Amino acid sequence: MARAGIAGEETGGPTRPGLEVGIVGYGAYVPRYRLPTTEPARVWNGCRAPQPIRELSVPGLDEDVVTMSIEIARNALTRAGIAPKDVGAVWVGSGSHPYAVKPTGTLVAEAIGAAPATLAADLQFACKAGTEAMQASFGLVGAAMARYALAVGVDTARSRPGDTLELTAGAGGAGFVVGPAAESLAVLEGCVSYVSDTPDFWRRAAAAYPSHAGRFSGEPGYFHHILEATRALLHRLGAEAGDFAHATFHQPNPKFSERVGKELGFSRAKLRAGSLVDRIGNAYAGSALLGLAAVLDVARPGERILAVSYGSGAGSDAFSFRVGDRIEDRMALVRPTRDYIAERVELDYAMYARHSGKIARG
Amino acid sequence: MGGSAIIGAAELPVGEHWMKSLAELAADAVRAALRDAGLDRPDALFVGNMLSGELTAQQHLGALVADHAGLAGIEAVRVEAACASGAAALRIASAMVEAGVLDTAIVVGVEKMTDRSGPDVTAALASAADADFEVDQGLSFVALNALLMRRYMHEYGVSHAAFAPFVTNAHENALGNENAMLRFRVSAEAFGEAKMIADPVNLLDSAPICDGAAAVVVASRQRAEGRRGASRAVGIRACVSATDTVALHDRSDPLRLAAVARSAGRAFETAGIGRDDIDLLEAHDAFSIMTVLSLEASGFAPGGAGTHLGESGVIARGGSLPISTLGGLKARGHPVGATGVYQIVEAVRQLRGEAGPAQVANARLAMAQNIGGSAATVVTTILEAAD
Amino acid sequence: MDGARQWRTRAARYSLLGAYCGRCDKPEFPPRPRCPRCGHETTEFAFSGRGTVYSYSVVRQGPDGFADQVPYVVALVALEEGPLLAAQLTDVEPGELRIGQPVEMVTRRLRDDGPQGTVLYSYKFRPPRGWQTAPSG
Repeated sequence: MARAGIAGEETGGPTRPGLEVGIVGYGAYVPRYRLPTTEPARVWNGCRAPQPIRELSVPGLDEDVVTMSIEIARNALTRAGIAPKDVGAVWVGSGSHPYAVKPTGTLVAEAIGAAPATLAADLQFACKAGTEAMQASFGLVGAAMARYALAVGVDTARSRPGDTLELTAGAGGAGFVVGPAAESLAVLEGCVSYVSDTPDFWRRAAAAYPSHAGRFSGEPGYFHHILEATRALLHRLGAEAGDFAHATFHQPNPKFSERVGKELGFSRAKLRAGSLVDRIGNAYAGSALLGLAAVLDVARPGERILAVSYGSGAGSDAFSFRVGDRIEDRMALVRPTRDYIAERVELDYAMYARHSGKIARG
Repeated sequence: MGGSAIIGAAELPVGEHWMKSLAELAADAVRAALRDAGLDRPDALFVGNMLSGELTAQQHLGALVADHAGLAGIEAVRVEAACASGAAALRIASAMVEAGVLDTAIVVGVEKMTDRSGPDVTAALASAADADFEVDQGLSFVALNALLMRRYMHEYGVSHAAFAPFVTNAHENALGNENAMLRFRVSAEAFGEAKMIADPVNLLDSAPICDGAAAVVVASRQRAEGRRGASRAVGIRACVSATDTVALHDRSDPLRLAAVARSAGRAFETAGIGRDDIDLLEAHDAFSIMTVLSLEASGFAPGGAGTHLGESGVIARGGSLPISTLGGLKARGHPVGATGVYQIVEAVRQLRGEAGPAQVANARLAMAQNIGGSAATVVTTILEAAD
Repeated sequence: MDGARQWRTRAARYSLLGAYCGRCDKPEFPPRPRCPRCGHETTEFAFSGRGTVYSYSVVRQGPDGFADQVPYVVALVALEEGPLLAAQLTDVEPGELRIGQPVEMVTRRLRDDGPQGTVLYSYKFRPPRGWQTAPSG
């Protein structure tokens, strides 16, 4: 039985909130350490051939989702130029929060000066956790329950030693200060979410590393959800691929996002600005947000941007933005995403093992 | 006539005392010093100690040591001022004797550091620094001294090798001290090549972790002069304590040790002597940078010129300002809370002419300077030989 | 368990929130409720996070709680508003270290007390790279 699509349905809720909202500021972060994927390939497969992803970003010994979220949030606030006290929600989406119980959000809120009069919480939805935080922020600000909300998606992805994920799992993320459209550098035109119960990738609470269902995460997972969410959004907006200057999709590897873009009618050129996976790997909950941040770094007023996430388990969020005049001043306030990616300190597998906590010290 | 004097002194060999507890070490030193003084029972006991709580889970050392030393019942209290605990205890004891509150008092410095592992001891020593804003940041005591040393080398264009004479001198002098822990020569080359602990401080810049106890008996000068053995009594001409901020970063110029300057300045004033009158100096050479900074702040060299004292041979036994004459903290060993009392005992040995092969000729006036933390507590003592 | 002690200093540790003495017209870090010079009551003061390295060292034997992080870099940082501050440097290679090096504040993990314990976060400093290089809005 074919699964139901939603593209033709007229129901399914509004594609944007009551008030016009958008992105007031954005920030990205990628740690500076890099693992060439030839390293795990050498150690575990005795293989020296180049891998599809060239290298992976690896957190420093003193970095985690909290510290990366704080830098992302500071970057986003600097671009937004707003007072931290006006941030009414701090929502951090990640699959690698340092605590199972005790929120990342409160710590980030304290560090940026948004506490105590703010909402704060962590979201968990595999690689969709960050865009879920964006959806919630758009809803909150769109319902006038807060003037601004901060949505962060970030991960320090873990992989079992020797698993194929060691050739793809990266680290990084981005965040967005959501606020009124009039103050926005990119206005939200609409968003759609599409979810189902699909066991393609998971980690039980006590497990150190995630497990995955191999190729099952492709067709029934990634492709189905992204295609459905994107088609529904385009339908509701009455838009088509040609209307967008840029598109960025969740990037578990270089092939998937290219293939899904092609299927939806987006040329390689339109994907280029947001394509980062080859240089940092799959940043999980940070991936789609990093892609969008990198697109905003180069976007011009009047351009339209499509951004779509995919999280295992499973679901996709699709967003359409129209870039406004404020982008040019705001972008330059913080170093662009590509600068974070360009700064690199290479690690061998032994140092990578230390950085990623893979050396047991009893 | 006012003033106080030391009428008895004793020190245990510094090292690893695996068979002795902290209380036993202290009691041994107390009994030996009382024997040296020919006194059965002093009026009060002051225990200088820094780490008994952290390293041996034992506090309340006044009553504990009195009990173990066969002095149960007397007034007894522990004094803590990090590595300056020993001399801080002497300061209180001598002041109480001089004020006529006590006739006699015994001061014992004791430390038992070998009961715990290296990282535990490093962490315990760091408790002399600011817990919230130095220690929590991962700064050890070695690291704080390294920050001072690096800045000093940068500001004055001094090389690491310029510190070598302070280390080679201390080791040379320890050869003549049967109680010293590190009785071997160290060459300037070996100093330059020693294992790095916190750049630029290496293993040989630093004093060793060890156990030890030393004690002195204090009496009024009048009493000292009227008894048998008066010729061995050593007068306390000054014992002056001063403080500075605990955290290094709270000072406007970290290379200027203000508490050293205050303590030494007032000590010279109290004693009514000049720096040139000093025949020997037991310096607080826990780290070679601390030796140099404290010599400068005490007025023996201008800022930035402290290492010249080493290069010119001034600090050697035959020089005009011999320092660390029985090995200093560097080579005798640095049982932290006991160190201040070891310095006093060794100065007493020199002034009595009982320093054996390490004897400084014609020693009449000796200075001992005991420094706690990053020179946040400093006690400077000036001692004088009997006529 | 240092939870309460460290909780009290979190604003200073996460974001360099210091104090200001109106009588001396001087900012203070670490913050104190009273000015250490004149005893006057202080008010909150947010430091920019910019500074230069006054001195530094590479720690190769760490105290308990930091022993598994060696080698790590500690420094005295001269904040641009005046005070000195002891802190770790991060994201810096030993060859890059020099006195006078400009640095900016970041918030990082300071220590991790294991699976049953908490994680302590704090300011550290690194060569300028990110948010602090932007003109303040």
